[in-house]
Amino acid sequence: MLTFRGGVHPREDKEATEHKSVEVLPLPARVFIPLSQHTGAPSKAVVKKGDPVKTGTLIGEPGGRISSATHASVSGTVADVSDMPHPLTGRRGPTVIIDADGTDTPDEAIKERDYSGFTTEQVVETLRLSGVVGLGGAAFPTYFKLIPPKEKPIDTLLINGCECEPFLTADHRLMLEQPAEVLEGVAIMSRVLGVKNVVIAIEDNKPDAVKTMTEAAAPFSYRVRKLKTKYPQGAEKQLIKACVRREVPSGGLPMDVGCVVQNVGTALAARDALRFNRPLYERVTTVTGPAVREPKNLRVRVGTPVRNLIEFCGGYSIEVGKLIMGGPMMGIAVSTDEVPVLKGTSGVLVLDRAATVFEEHDCIRCGRCIEACPMGLAPQRLNNLIRRGRLEQARAEHVKDCIECGCCAFACPAKIRLVHQFKYAKSELAAMERK
Amino acid sequence: MDENQEAKAEAKVKEAKLSSTSTSTSTSTSTSTPLFVVAASPHVRSRATVSRIMWLVVIALLPALGGSVYFFGLKSLVLVLLCVASAVLFDALAQKAFGRKMTPLDGSAVITGMLLAYNLPPGVPIWMPIVGAAFATVVVKQFFGGLGHNFVNPALAARAFLMVSWPTQMTSLWLKPGGDPLSGLDAVTGATPLSLVRRASEVAPAGVDPAELIRQANSLPLLKKLFLGNVGGCLGETSALLLLIGAIFLIVIRVIDWRIPAAYLGSIIVLALVLPGSQLTPWFHVFAGGVILGAFFMATDYVTVPVTGKGRVIFGIGCGVITMLIRLYGGYPEGCSYAILLMNVATPLIDRLTKPRLFGALPRVKKAA
Repeated sequence: MLTFRGGVHPREDKEATEHKSVEVLPLPARVFIPLSQHTGAPSKAVVKKGDPVKTGTLIGEPGGRISSATHASVSGTVADVSDMPHPLTGRRGPTVIIDADGTDTPDEAIKERDYSGFTTEQVVETLRLSGVVGLGGAAFPTYFKLIPPKEKPIDTLLINGCECEPFLTADHRLMLEQPAEVLEGVAIMSRVLGVKNVVIAIEDNKPDAVKTMTEAAAPFSYRVRKLKTKYPQGAEKQLIKACVRREVPSGGLPMDVGCVVQNVGTALAARDALRFNRPLYERVTTVTGPAVREPKNLRVRVGTPVRNLIEFCGGYSIEVGKLIMGGPMMGIAVSTDEVPVLKGTSGVLVLDRAATVFEEHDCIRCGRCIEACPMGLAPQRLNNLIRRGRLEQARAEHVKDCIECGCCAFACPAKIRLVHQFKYAKSELAAMERK
Repeated sequence: MDENQEAKAEAKVKEAKLSSTSTSTSTSTSTSTPLFVVAASPHVRSRATVSRIMWLVVIALLPALGGSVYFFGLKSLVLVLLCVASAVLFDALAQKAFGRKMTPLDGSAVITGMLLAYNLPPGVPIWMPIVGAAFATVVVKQFFGGLGHNFVNPALAARAFLMVSWPTQMTSLWLKPGGDPLSGLDAVTGATPLSLVRRASEVAPAGVDPAELIRQANSLPLLKKLFLGNVGGCLGETSALLLLIGAIFLIVIRVIDWRIPAAYLGSIIVLALVLPGSQLTPWFHVFAGGVILGAFFMATDYVTVPVTGKGRVIFGIGCGVITMLIRLYGGYPEGCSYAILLMNVATPLIDRLTKPRLFGALPRVKKAA
């Protein structure tokens, strides 16, 4: 069985939604679309208060070399372009607020077309202007991964269908319900990269998805590989190691070992962008957790307040402890359900109060964090260094290689907030380097 | 530093809360919104907790307690209870005195008490467990910062302390296991099996050939006694069988790392075969004395052993080497507890030298001069 070293086995908790078809969430009355939903420079607003927009109209153009476009997710009128706190970082940034007119009129530019004659440049430009970003969570602009520098030849495209985060089932449902569409997107990306070796990686807890994708991929030369169910199997570096036995060097990128990794949802978004010229303004997300009455997989418009999703799922069933954008291992806890769904929102997880209290104890040096760390770090030691303020030493012991997957803190019997410490150290070190 | 960053994070959260409420008044029809807990990921944790681990070890130590009551009578139960009660009490008093969080019932003091008792001759006067438990919890554990900060195993350090303070009581007050001879051999009285290792000629009674004693020590009947536990020795160390039941339980549920006992016992077996001067079989060396108790329950004490797998193998081998050197060439019949204590002291060094391998570590390239 293909896998990597380290990792943990949290309870999967996918039963609530893995057999539920994706439902379409009714249109929201108002959407809040931050112009920074992706890694890189935020988009620059091209609309102002009062402008009419249609579904899919460009509202923010790419604002830098690594950036992406942003589009209206409903038709209506721009109510405001104002600085609002970002749902995940809390930093203020421009947000386009659109009042929906309820007609959902698509932009004229959206129509089916034959893209088979598109050049590489045309495909890349389409993806850039369609705002396609990685839908696995990190939201890295997709086009940028498809134009590696010449000195980094790419020979392998990995399509990530692991969905190793507990609770989440959005990618699983996509593979079951739209395998042909996903593969069309895979074909686009493999053509642009010019690679023959395409691997679709799925954890073995989704045998139905493995079967469906294997059947759908039969006419192509793509290989569907079953991976051991282990967290974080879907983390880029661990996925590459498991599938092709290559190690991305410390501080490097997948392209350094000839690989590009794209999520299955991203492949679908790329297909929609090319085939229909439809920009990325909606996504499938899993609304789940013990405090949601009726968990579901939903197709939602970007910018929809999370509260709409919760209400569509029957509301909260018990007192809420945490509301998490993403999965339980790497998701970001937010303080209110008024935050909007972003392009990278793979799930909305609601935990009860009991699940939010962990009493912290002194480290007992059990070594579980070291066993669990998929990056070969010594979290226990790094934590000691950071607590003593020895950030330089923590850097020398590779704290910057931490992928914040949470395995160490998950495994820790003393419930030490290790990831919290490492995020802090990394941001402090980054600030020191900027000076 | 920690507090500092938490304060920052809290401030950030407050700001986010404020601004989101202000938007809610302008945009949403509902009145007030509950605010949810904000904390760093991961938001789920494993079931393992410090006290859960500690109490599982306590459970694993219980079969051996039953054995010691069976072999040495109810006095051993009294000694164990006394050790445990004093360890918990002194741990609590020290925590109180030092203003620490009170956690006397996290199980760690109970383990210390049990292990201390298991390392005492069953005939010791009843004040000795109290003195030993006080030393273990107050001096060795709490003086250095409490659970997680002590650099040597508290029970073993207390045993060493009692050993140098009252050597006669600690080395002579053995009890005959269920009326059987102390040494497990009919010809010899007044010596534990391990005393035979080096001084067969001294302990052999007049008229008995020392070589015959060695032959008997290596015989199957004695090995069987050593395995079951009806020989003389410290209160909880004699029955390999009962200790192994608990140890296997801990290995299966992954509370202790099998690599330490494997390395420890493995190196003893190898050394018993190759070192000059050992007349006894490797099996005798493994099952006699405190090695089983030490290898599975004390050399696996998280706090005082290396954190990496590699480091733990080195630790285990080091314990085996020192144990055998003391047994064969040193001044004591048994070297197990000193071996573990010495390796405890070497632990920071081992940790420094055995870092895990970084994912994607670049192969070391020599810089062109």
